[in-house]
Amino acid sequence: MAAHAEKAAAMPRKRTALVLAQFNTTAEVVHAAEKVRDAGYTRWDTHTPFPIHGMDKAMGMSDSRLGWIVLGAALTGLTGAFVMMYWMNGIDYRIVVGGKPPEALPSMVPVMFELTILLSAFGAVIGMFHLNGLPRHNHPIFESDRFKTASDDKFFLSIEAEDPKFNLQKTKALLESSHAAHVEVIEEEV
Amino acid sequence: MAYFEPIREIDEAPLVEPGSKLSDITNDISRVSETKAPRGWWIAFGISSMFASLFVFSVGYLFYRGIGVWGNTSPVYWAWDITNFVWWVGIGHAGTLISAVLFLFRQKWRTAINRFSEAMTLFAVICALIFPSIHVGRPWLLYWVFPIPNQMSIWPNFKSPLLWDVFAVSTYFTVSLLFWFVGLIPDLATLRDRSQTKLRRTVYGALALGWRGSNRHWQNYERAYLILAAISTPLVLSVHSVVSFDFATSIEPGWHTTIFPPYFVAGAIFSGFAMVMTVLLIARTVFKLHRIVQMRHLELMNKIMLCTGMLVGYAYAMEFFIAWYSGQEYERYVFVNRAFGPYAWAYWTMISCNVIVPQIFWFRKMRVSIPVMFVVSILINIGMWFERFVIIVTSLHRDFIPSSWGMFTPTIIDITTYTGTIGVFFTLFLLFMRWLPMVAMAEVKGVMSAADPHYESDEGGGHGHADEKKPAAKKHEEEESKDDDLAPEGA
Repeated sequence: MAAHAEKAAAMPRKRTALVLAQFNTTAEVVHAAEKVRDAGYTRWDTHTPFPIHGMDKAMGMSDSRLGWIVLGAALTGLTGAFVMMYWMNGIDYRIVVGGKPPEALPSMVPVMFELTILLSAFGAVIGMFHLNGLPRHNHPIFESDRFKTASDDKFFLSIEAEDPKFNLQKTKALLESSHAAHVEVIEEEV
Repeated sequence: MAYFEPIREIDEAPLVEPGSKLSDITNDISRVSETKAPRGWWIAFGISSMFASLFVFSVGYLFYRGIGVWGNTSPVYWAWDITNFVWWVGIGHAGTLISAVLFLFRQKWRTAINRFSEAMTLFAVICALIFPSIHVGRPWLLYWVFPIPNQMSIWPNFKSPLLWDVFAVSTYFTVSLLFWFVGLIPDLATLRDRSQTKLRRTVYGALALGWRGSNRHWQNYERAYLILAAISTPLVLSVHSVVSFDFATSIEPGWHTTIFPPYFVAGAIFSGFAMVMTVLLIARTVFKLHRIVQMRHLELMNKIMLCTGMLVGYAYAMEFFIAWYSGQEYERYVFVNRAFGPYAWAYWTMISCNVIVPQIFWFRKMRVSIPVMFVVSILINIGMWFERFVIIVTSLHRDFIPSSWGMFTPTIIDITTYTGTIGVFFTLFLLFMRWLPMVAMAEVKGVMSAADPHYESDEGGGHGHADEKKPAAKKHEEEESKDDDLAPEGA
């Protein structure tokens, strides 16, 4: 038992996390993405230093849902600002300023506008992080040294081992046949 | 970065120097923070941090003695403090204009300067926020402006434009910060991936939030960026409009005019572009960024300055016309007094710097001359400061009855507080240039021809021109439809 534990400590168990292919041009990675999409993979991704025009279509992705989150945030800001000012100046502590009704709407417009914008901005940024699953500082893809160029001038395509169609040999062959400059298997510790 | 269809002009030159590779961009920008700072940086940093400490001293003294150390006195209770506030907020506006409005109009040349100008916005708004915060007199009670329960169980007066200003400027700062940070994330990931030391890896890694350039992330990211640009555009217009309400809603001759909101916004863009130009020219020279910040970008900015300068000139003229046309005695007097009274020197400085000087940009030779544009940008900054000074002080210094007439004289603390904020601004800016990618690398790469998926796919070796691109695009489409037929299941 002790010997087994020692062995396990010395050599941590690893399993395949993903297959990572490197491409040198945008055209190659877009074509490879089309192939992977048509082969029916679902849990895969491309990694590029900048967004590539046409990649969403090549990956068969549906439109971003972020707009709906921002709409919700914007409406919250708008109504929240109105309710706050109406209650504060119109109900809780009524003060007549400049001979205008305490709950006058026109003077509320600037603050309603600003709070709509403020909450929309938070909605857009936090919503984007939420949809992307960020921040996430630890990801098996960072095990690859080559992947460091994904933020420089190289383009990558990764297929996760958890994809239902994943088969190490076939997946590797598919990527190799699509003009990948380099294909590697990334392992993660269990 | 959601550029869907490139807009091309006939004979349009590439946005990045031809022959540049993607990695050249990464290296050019990243090396600034990875190598030792050039001597020019140290000199600039030394001078600006000296002024920043002057600011700390001035404000410390002001807190100790009270705002009587400024020259504000009856009848001029708003003077340099509010002038500086409006000036700094205005400078910030060009940053948002470049990052948001030019983005929505698909002006791709903005990629060279947008990071810069966004940083400028942030630091300018920090400097701006300092002034009203001090000017309230008892800054430790500043929280009274926020709608939070306090010991007097009274709420802020939401009918006051000054309170709208609190919401407008603080929203502006927050949204600009978010916009800037979202834009930085992919570039911080680049710095993280290049880092050689553990400290850099930790700091940039933490800030990059684990960004891995995933296309599924890029999709939401681009949408977030588009939305932020779309909401920043009305925001930037609203902020200076609300600032102008501080004046326009008062019943003060010289202030009570409906032209103020658009007039202030045009002036803000004008002065902001001038400040971007000043800072950009210094950075371009010190850090040798000629490959990315090209003469073409500078020339375009000069054209914008020429245009907004004339808008401002029109507003000056229209103010005079309306003062005369109103038939209102006090209104007329304020304007005659502005141009020919004791502050005439300030008025004519403003006219010379803002209306006359930019006219030399009608000549191409002047638009492409670095020394000329540097001097002009500084003159415009001065002129725009005087514009706010003229609006505020000349309207106040001669009240309705001559017994309450007076003159405003700045004290030494007025001067040191103001020059101190310039030091704060440049100190923050130099730190930014040193430690963060000062050009949006991901965005610049996205507008290079190597970023176009059709760039190398066609045998003709097209350079991305619309007519040359057609065969490749067609071929690509055919391939795609063929692939779709073969696909076992719809993706």
